[in-house]
Amino acid sequence: MTPGLLYALAGVALFVLGLGAMLLPGPVLRRILGFNVMGSGAFLVLVGLAQRAGGVDPVPQAMVLTGIVVALAATALALALARRQEQADD
Amino acid sequence: MKALPRLAILLFLLALAAALVRAVLDLPPPAVDLPAAVAANLGKSGVEHPVTAVLLNFRGYDTLLEVAVLLIALLGVVAVARPTPQHQAKDDANPVLQTLARLLAPLLVLAAGYLLWAGGHRPGGAFQAAALLAGAVVLLRLAGLLPAWPRPHWVLRLGVVLGLFVFLGVAALGQGALLTYPPELAGALILLIEAGLTLSLGLILAGLFLAFAAHREAS
Repeated sequence: MTPGLLYALAGVALFVLGLGAMLLPGPVLRRILGFNVMGSGAFLVLVGLAQRAGGVDPVPQAMVLTGIVVALAATALALALARRQEQADD
Repeated sequence: MKALPRLAILLFLLALAAALVRAVLDLPPPAVDLPAAVAANLGKSGVEHPVTAVLLNFRGYDTLLEVAVLLIALLGVVAVARPTPQHQAKDDANPVLQTLARLLAPLLVLAAGYLLWAGGHRPGGAFQAAALLAGAVVLLRLAGLLPAWPRPHWVLRLGVVLGLFVFLGVAALGQGALLTYPPELAGALILLIEAGLTLSLGLILAGLFLAFAAHREAS
């Protein structure tokens, strides 16, 4: 069990937890947060798996860096839509 | 009645977790040695840090399209934010917070400039620098020193798209294929792209917050 593999397994756990928060009934904000946790899990799997044999792989790191920024933008859009929906419900 | 789907979802999640753990543990080692390929071509990339080389040279398409995705997300947020007539900064803002924000904002811009420059040879680069710039703008906004963005001024709009246009321009100038930089100019071109990206990404990330702040004031 190398540290990289441990990171990847922790990423799997985060992914499943986030998916649970999205699938189970609950407020929209919790689902958006769950979506973020899922994304973090996927990033952890990518980076962890790439360095499970030791040594750092810059390619998944660059992809994850790209992914983090896109996830941030998607979250902002999701929050804006959720806010708009809330206003429409009032 | 409601307990049954919940139980089914939990069972599904457990099964998925087991399958994913099994897949991660059984995954064979990669057939292509990417770190070695990156290390072998690092000298031609124009930068010394492998992550920056991958982001802006070897896999420049990813970064180019990412900036486009960010722009679309900002357009979406601005589109769903409801316009309101007045967006003045709050008068009753905390003077301690305002003073602190005035002190910290230039330091954040300085740190962003350092990170942008450091990206060529150590961890750093346009994204990290842009995050700091956006943080400075958000701090100023929270201190009540900046108005929200219900309808961005044309200078702001230009700044938001500048990075993408600089990137596209450099990409189109490449010889042969898109995003193929001549090796002797690669370092300068990457720094040019990164400088444009830092400004635009900082504005986009800050705009995601500021358009949203306008959104909140509207309610």
